[in-house]
Amino acid sequence: MKRSLVLVTLWLAVSASVARAQTEILNASYDISRELFAEVNAAFVPAYKSSGGGDVSIKQSHGGSSRQARSVLEGLKADVVTFNQLNDVQLLADNGFVAKDWAARFPFNAAPYYSVHSILVRKGNPKGIRDWADLARPGVTIVQVNPKTGGNGRYAVLAYYAAGLQASGGDAAKARAFAKKILANVVVFESGGRTATSTFTEREIGDVLVTFEAETLGLARAPGAVFEVVTPSVSVLAEFPVAVVKKVAARRGTEAVARAYLDFLYTPAGQEIIARNHYRPRNAEVAARHADKLTPVKTVEVGPFFGGWEKVTKEFFDNGALVDVLLKEIAAERVN
Amino acid sequence: MSAVSRLPRVPLRGHPRRLALVLAGAGATGLLIALPLGAVFYYALRDGWRAYLGHLSAADTLHALGLSLLAAGVALPVNTAFGLAAAWAVAKFTFRGRRLLISLIELPLSISPIIIGVAYLFVFGMQGLLGPWLDACGVRLAFNVASIVIVTTIVTSPCVFREVLPLMLAQGVHEEQTAVILGAGGWQTFWRVTLPNVKWALVYGVCLSFARSLGEFGSVAVVSGSVRGETNTLTLQIDLLYHDRVQTAAFAVASVLTSIALVTLLVKTWVERRESSSSS
Amino acid sequence: MPRPRVIPGLGLTLGTTLVFLALATLLPLGALVLKTAGLSWSQFWDYATDARALSTYRVTLVSAGIATSLNIVLGVLTAWILVRYEFPGRRLLDSAIDLPFALPTAVAGIALATLTVPRGPVGALFAPFDIKIAYAFPGIILAMTFTSLPFIVRTVQPVLADLEPQLEEAAAILGAGPVTTFRRVILPELAPAILAGATLSLVRSLGEFGAVVFIAGNLPFQTEISSLLVYIRMDEFDYVGAAALATVILAFALVVLVSMNVLQSRLYRRFHG
Repeated sequence: MKRSLVLVTLWLAVSASVARAQTEILNASYDISRELFAEVNAAFVPAYKSSGGGDVSIKQSHGGSSRQARSVLEGLKADVVTFNQLNDVQLLADNGFVAKDWAARFPFNAAPYYSVHSILVRKGNPKGIRDWADLARPGVTIVQVNPKTGGNGRYAVLAYYAAGLQASGGDAAKARAFAKKILANVVVFESGGRTATSTFTEREIGDVLVTFEAETLGLARAPGAVFEVVTPSVSVLAEFPVAVVKKVAARRGTEAVARAYLDFLYTPAGQEIIARNHYRPRNAEVAARHADKLTPVKTVEVGPFFGGWEKVTKEFFDNGALVDVLLKEIAAERVN
Repeated sequence: MSAVSRLPRVPLRGHPRRLALVLAGAGATGLLIALPLGAVFYYALRDGWRAYLGHLSAADTLHALGLSLLAAGVALPVNTAFGLAAAWAVAKFTFRGRRLLISLIELPLSISPIIIGVAYLFVFGMQGLLGPWLDACGVRLAFNVASIVIVTTIVTSPCVFREVLPLMLAQGVHEEQTAVILGAGGWQTFWRVTLPNVKWALVYGVCLSFARSLGEFGSVAVVSGSVRGETNTLTLQIDLLYHDRVQTAAFAVASVLTSIALVTLLVKTWVERRESSSSS
Repeated sequence: MPRPRVIPGLGLTLGTTLVFLALATLLPLGALVLKTAGLSWSQFWDYATDARALSTYRVTLVSAGIATSLNIVLGVLTAWILVRYEFPGRRLLDSAIDLPFALPTAVAGIALATLTVPRGPVGALFAPFDIKIAYAFPGIILAMTFTSLPFIVRTVQPVLADLEPQLEEAAAILGAGPVTTFRRVILPELAPAILAGATLSLVRSLGEFGAVVFIAGNLPFQTEISSLLVYIRMDEFDYVGAAALATVILAFALVVLVSMNVLQSRLYRRFHG
């Protein structure tokens, strides 16, 4: 008992002294950006210091993008957010945590990089997967993120639907049936992107993993990889929005650091790290340098193609909307 | 709980049917317990001792250990005091609503910890009942260390109570009444009569409470915000590592908690031996 | 009979208990229920019984029910051999029974999941027969069975040890075989203890989260448990929906707990005068 008290006091003292030594900012991010921001943070800290900004340390929190947005809303003291879908930042803006014009505060709609969804299969592609249509075949098992809680899962469902629309020449009923066939093959809905990955890679569940290209390329290009990437014919453009949480940063006096941190993502050094982690950079030079690795892919955008996130959320992902309806039908058919 | 049977235990030799029963029962239960236990240590050590120690000494993991110890260190004395007080009130007195009170005390261990975490946020989150007001006063009780400590205390609050109550109930009130009639004060009666009677149950309750508070997961996950090196407890660290590419790291951290659980069981066994030898 | 209050300390201990309960349990749970106060009954009903919620109740209740039934068989059997027979490793087994109480459920979850995925050491034994454990319904049952394993063993064990030897002797003299003796003589004696242990086991299984969430696969309408849906509703910013669902779970747990406590005191009184 006494010993644990001593330990606790010691620990408190140590963590308090560390916390006071320097400026600290917290980046609340989506699940699969773990490696990306580990690299970004390691590069930003010396860059900021040499530019005369002083000592700074960056803490990370990762989770499903929407869960992270809610945590910030409920009191997680994040100075910056780096999410994987626009409406999670918009939610913070609507509640006064982020500037109303947040999308205009940084270049490219405040999205320093983007990605698309791709399909990861096991080595040799034993099920012969070429495109989304192959995921609708009976007997193919899919692992993906839960579309109710993670942007990663939402982009996947939108991609299925978009592919269905394109194949049928814009027939909504056929697109719905197509998306339903694919969803019926999903064996695990994980809460976050990395959770889905480890289920597919470590626990060897599923024939395919549907997730951001940033994740699939990283896995397929690692030394001794036992996976292959299939780039589908159409995908949904996934922009990764960033914002300063002014409500938190203003109070903590970290606005300047927070802004510098997000600006860093747009610098050639930042863009290089982004590209190295298999995201698609905005900087043309950096993009050219990595062009051989990032195959061109046809994308549709949530705004023009689907009518914006608000509409998409209402029609696809809200309680009782399309995804719920489809999953319910699937479960009912499975029982019969 | 190694109860002394009134019937002498029978040997198995020459009784195939009994042997089959023992094999079935001990086999099924034994496997159900031994397999997960073995799996934790097997996967933790799969990459060798060096890797194992490396995983354990990672800065984030050490920090998580410190945080979990802090939560357990706060929860333990609070729950011990609360458990003894509550058990005393319930066991030594009769009053209306006693059954309901017991149920309410036991509630945190009986519902999903997620519900506790969510309910906590409804009070102390920024969208909650008191959160905005507390925030205006400069007090933060969500997504930080304080919230982790508090929900851990809430969830494990019935641990000591649960272990102590049956014994206090079974022993009734006669000894205490005698002590009081002979002139002992309330505290004296508690220290000299009640506490010695329940001390072994208390020891086990305290150990269980410690193990449970170190291992609390669901409620802590809801209120933590999982900031690495800040609000990640040991179990959240396990969750994080389990979904990373290095599986052995998750199991290495898990092996620490598993070892603590095993020590808890050892204490329990030791306590029971003391108990049965002192009663016979 | 009103007991004369010789013993002091009611005010202090009951006061402490009530203050702690009010702050730690009633305040948060009150806030939870309050969140649903804006709803009319029919709105509340809609939230509490929408198709996805209903399916989680079914998944949770059915798997907890099966896990408890398994535990009744396994628990009585284990208690029986621990009390009645001498065999090597008996003391070890007796001590190890409590492991699921001391082991963090998240640890149990990752260990059980890793063992039972199709490529895992246990899952591989079942894979040829196309039986899935992890990421399927049996996984949930396994997790619940493990985490509530000790309850029935621990409630039945002392009663079994306390049985009068004459009962069985009499039965044997009257010509009853061992099976009949167990069923007609011993089982009725054990019934209250089994019931108490089974209720505890059921309540625990209904509330289990850590172990289940790692192994379930969490497919909506198929392997999603109720408390996970509460969490998901939160992440959808559907606070009222989360609160409504949580209120249902809470009310159910409270009803089960109170009826168990009442039942136990009745049984206690019947058997001990």
